[in-house]
Amino acid sequence: MPRLDKKPRVMLDEFRVKNAPDDYGMADEKWSFKKFAKSFKIHIVRLDNTEMEFDLIGIQPAFANAFRRLMLSEVPSMAIEKVMIRNNTSIIQDEVLAHRLGLIPLKADPRLFEYKPEDAAEATEFDTLEFSLKVKCTNNKSQPKDSYRPEDLFENNCVYSSQMKWHPIGNQASVHKEADVGPVHGDILISKMRPGHELDLQLIAVKGIGKDHAKFSPVATASYRLLPDIRLTREVNGGEATLLQSCFSPGVIAIDEDGCARVAEPRYDTCSRNVYRYDEIKDAVELSRIRDHFIFNVESVGAMAPNIIFVEAVKILRDKCKSLLDELNTL
Amino acid sequence: MKISELPGDEDSGLTCRTYVFQNESHTLGNALKCIINRYEDVDFCGYTVPHPAESKMHFRIQAREVPALEILKRGLKDLQKVCDHTIDLFEKEVKEYNRI
Repeated sequence: MPRLDKKPRVMLDEFRVKNAPDDYGMADEKWSFKKFAKSFKIHIVRLDNTEMEFDLIGIQPAFANAFRRLMLSEVPSMAIEKVMIRNNTSIIQDEVLAHRLGLIPLKADPRLFEYKPEDAAEATEFDTLEFSLKVKCTNNKSQPKDSYRPEDLFENNCVYSSQMKWHPIGNQASVHKEADVGPVHGDILISKMRPGHELDLQLIAVKGIGKDHAKFSPVATASYRLLPDIRLTREVNGGEATLLQSCFSPGVIAIDEDGCARVAEPRYDTCSRNVYRYDEIKDAVELSRIRDHFIFNVESVGAMAPNIIFVEAVKILRDKCKSLLDELNTL
Repeated sequence: MKISELPGDEDSGLTCRTYVFQNESHTLGNALKCIINRYEDVDFCGYTVPHPAESKMHFRIQAREVPALEILKRGLKDLQKVCDHTIDLFEKEVKEYNRI
């Protein structure tokens, strides 16, 4: 049975992956922006403040991958870069503590800040955020009797990210609110202490990109996969139908009232190819993926919404082209 | 300067060149190659990152009639157009999604 649609596919066979026989690849068709604009579609599946799923349909893998790479390593965000340690008598070493602090995600919107110039000695209100963390662990005088729990015995035995205090530089207090620049999560455990241990730190956060250090990456994950497609080549009933259902991710195969298996939601299949383990049903399915249908998953760390991160990523690529063109034109 | 030319193509006219991009990698290289490779008047286009520890990208263009520089400019313009179109379409779709 020939397929009616002209989608480019990659077939997932039992022992190999092969292109569909009528697919000569997207590689040798000639470039035309009109054709691209006509076939390119975006579909948003899920979007909230931290997570997003969307489809890019009819796009070259090179562009999809460029967008993914840009989101991971070239979209800026704010992170703690320098830690001035006035006092650290806790168990955790200075450099380990500084590294831990660097990885705390900050809510500050990087679009409102500038990169700190490399040769700049002074921090300005436009490129730096300053925090302090001053905690001392003491014995809890009003401890309940017979309790051995550290939280009853000591005060401040756990240091959390919510204990960081923001110190506005210059005019920052009127531009930003404390709730909008501090840590995304207040319950990140920084260190555990015992009586006599003390932390007195000054934290300097700047704008940076993931290429320099992963702490500057605005996304927790940004990935894409190709849309799976499952086709049943014959009717599958009864026990075979339940076996078939168990070979795929939950919800992918549905069984109708008459006991007949039907492909319900191929999108969320893992393409495990489990079905090829069973001789009785392996002739009934044809697994494939659509080669120009990319399902993106973007998970923000918390500073920017995922849809904004994607737009920022594409803007960075556009501005790159623009500045290179300007340079070539003056050559 | 972000772009420079690699020596060695002095005898082959203006149509064959290798450009060196500073601080660029596969992100720009592959996307740009993907466009320029599809031009009718280009014989060969490829890119390489010669060493992973150096942030450099070599970009090779070979054509028969059109100067390589013109092709590179056209490629960058087309990539810019793709980005603009993607941004517009994406923002339109997000607006649509939020309206529902």
